Amino acid sequence: MSAELLIAIIITVVGASTPILIAALGELVVEKAGVLNLGVEGMMLIGAVTGFIVMFTTGNPWLAVLAAAIAGMLSSMIFAFLTLSLSANQTATGLALTIFGTGLSALAGQGYSARPVDLFRSVFPAELATHPVWRVIFGYSPLVYFSLIMVFAVWWFLHKTRSGLILRAVGENDLSAHSIGYSVIGIRYAAVAFGGAMAGIAGAAFPLLLTPQWAERMTAGRGWIAVALVVFASWRPFRLLAGAYLFGLVMTVELYSKAGGGILSTIPAELWAAMPYIATVVVLVLISLRRTGSTSAPACLGKPFLATN
Amino acid sequence: MQFRLEKRPQPSRLMLYAAPILAVILTMLVGGAIFSAIGYDGPGAVREIFITPLVTSYKWQDLGIKAAPLIIIGVGLAVSYRANVWNIGAEGQYVVGGVCATGVALATYGMTGWWILPLMALAGVAGGAAYAAIPALLRTRLGVNEILTSLMLTYASVQLVYYLVRAPWKDPMGMGFPQTRIFSEAARLPTIIPGTIVHLGVPIAILVALIVWFVMARSLFGFQVRVVGAAPHAARYGGFSENRTIWLALLVSGGLAGLAGMLEVAGPFQRLVPGFPTNYGFTAIIAAFLGRLDPLGVIFASIVLAITFVGGEMAQTTIGLPAAAAGIFQAMMLFFLLAGDLLIRYRLKRVTHQPTEARA
Repeated sequence: MSAELLIAIIITVVGASTPILIAALGELVVEKAGVLNLGVEGMMLIGAVTGFIVMFTTGNPWLAVLAAAIAGMLSSMIFAFLTLSLSANQTATGLALTIFGTGLSALAGQGYSARPVDLFRSVFPAELATHPVWRVIFGYSPLVYFSLIMVFAVWWFLHKTRSGLILRAVGENDLSAHSIGYSVIGIRYAAVAFGGAMAGIAGAAFPLLLTPQWAERMTAGRGWIAVALVVFASWRPFRLLAGAYLFGLVMTVELYSKAGGGILSTIPAELWAAMPYIATVVVLVLISLRRTGSTSAPACLGKPFLATN
Repeated sequence: MQFRLEKRPQPSRLMLYAAPILAVILTMLVGGAIFSAIGYDGPGAVREIFITPLVTSYKWQDLGIKAAPLIIIGVGLAVSYRANVWNIGAEGQYVVGGVCATGVALATYGMTGWWILPLMALAGVAGGAAYAAIPALLRTRLGVNEILTSLMLTYASVQLVYYLVRAPWKDPMGMGFPQTRIFSEAARLPTIIPGTIVHLGVPIAILVALIVWFVMARSLFGFQVRVVGAAPHAARYGGFSENRTIWLALLVSGGLAGLAGMLEVAGPFQRLVPGFPTNYGFTAIIAAFLGRLDPLGVIFASIVLAITFVGGEMAQTTIGLPAAAAGIFQAMMLFFLLAGDLLIRYRLKRVTHQPTEARA
């Protein structure tokens, strides 16, 4: 394998991993606060269509990402209101949010399909990325650096700050946190809002980073893979990074198999397309084999909190 | 002015049945307002989607054949969710059921005989159940979350259809189209009302719902499912095996989804095409909830959803509403229903004075 090809593969892997990583980081924080939001896929689609439309009309990728974050956050507030304020079933509400996001994004994106936009390209001067080795460091979209910074930021927030400690306390023992005087519902609202914003940005990464256009259901289940990845990573940000890049690798193999050549092309393209989903199942099996005894899931995950006074 | 939730001494039976109806009404009002706000004909959209299919008699046959798969899948999901088993991969089990039935239809191509359709149905049920057995095995043996596995398998099943119709099962006379040949006469579902498109799947759907209702209400299995779902600890003391219930819940819901797949492929489709995965498996999730996880309720919920499907299609041509509109109305119904569920266990009470303790 030539160095050129290797570098091209690395760059593709990083690109394919980034949306999953961003969405999964958001969901990780949400779950650490004790909330299971299965609406990631729907919020990503809302973010994707918002990001696309803003990019298409303004041509400003920064604005597109910001708008997608706001749209994702707003959609997550539907979930937050139903599950946190009205204590509706979190599983069902998350599913409803995904169905809603799929419909809403298709509605909003009507008439925008097959219209190209520019990708959100590297902000570094082109001279920095001319040499192939430098391209591995400086050749990416700002979204990629954002995702990597957020891995560190989420880890730092959860494990090194007082607010992070409180958030984890709310996820581990909501009643105690409440009795000390913390607002369980308020903290969970904030966590869900963060998760929504991250899912929105992750969605915007599809038109801005991967395929520069809008297509219905263009996130193709990546939101669900992000949810699975949080379990895979045992709710730890750096493991999330490793997991997301593993999936990016699987998806990149799919792309290269389509491009043809060698052993890869003898396997049906559909099998490659199914691979990320099969890999998710396999990975879930592997971690359950590894895990002995107690799980590392937040103790209050998915359970409603109703304070009685 | 502030509202506070107060627990009812008894869950409200009135709200249990009123909540779905309220949800539909609220969806019409709020949905209409939203569509007006974004520049469509809101009242027209509500009229076309919810009313027109009901008052247009030649559309009733469409309602029947759209409701049938939703009823069959939704009833299975109702059993599963009652047991607190979150099978959300019914779409995949539906697809695999359709694929297995297609396998039988192609293997018996050109043959005649009454046994072909029952054999296809058997293959469909077995295929759907087998596909649901994967999450069941992983959940009971390894504790792997069934939500994620069943859903991932759905995405994989769609690729299976694409592969089959592109390569091994492709119609040799199909001029290159990725689809199987049209099933022979004996593998096609007969219509039951001459001159319409209402096929045998419609009465089968009603029958399935009645049988499941009877089993859930009257049998030990039904009791076990309800106890395991509502009170797992009590169930354990009562000697009910949680794993057995998980298996049964997934096999029943998967098998029924597979049956729906067979009825669709042998009925409206009559061949396997790439467009076979039609999201019935996902819409049936809404049908299960809107029907209060009760088989008879699922029948009504499925009809309401079928109305929005048929109405949504009509509204595309009559008032230029986009295809996605029906999906938005369906999701809104589920949102309002979930919100309304709170009123079963709690009532809203107005808080007139500030409570002494600072509250969240």
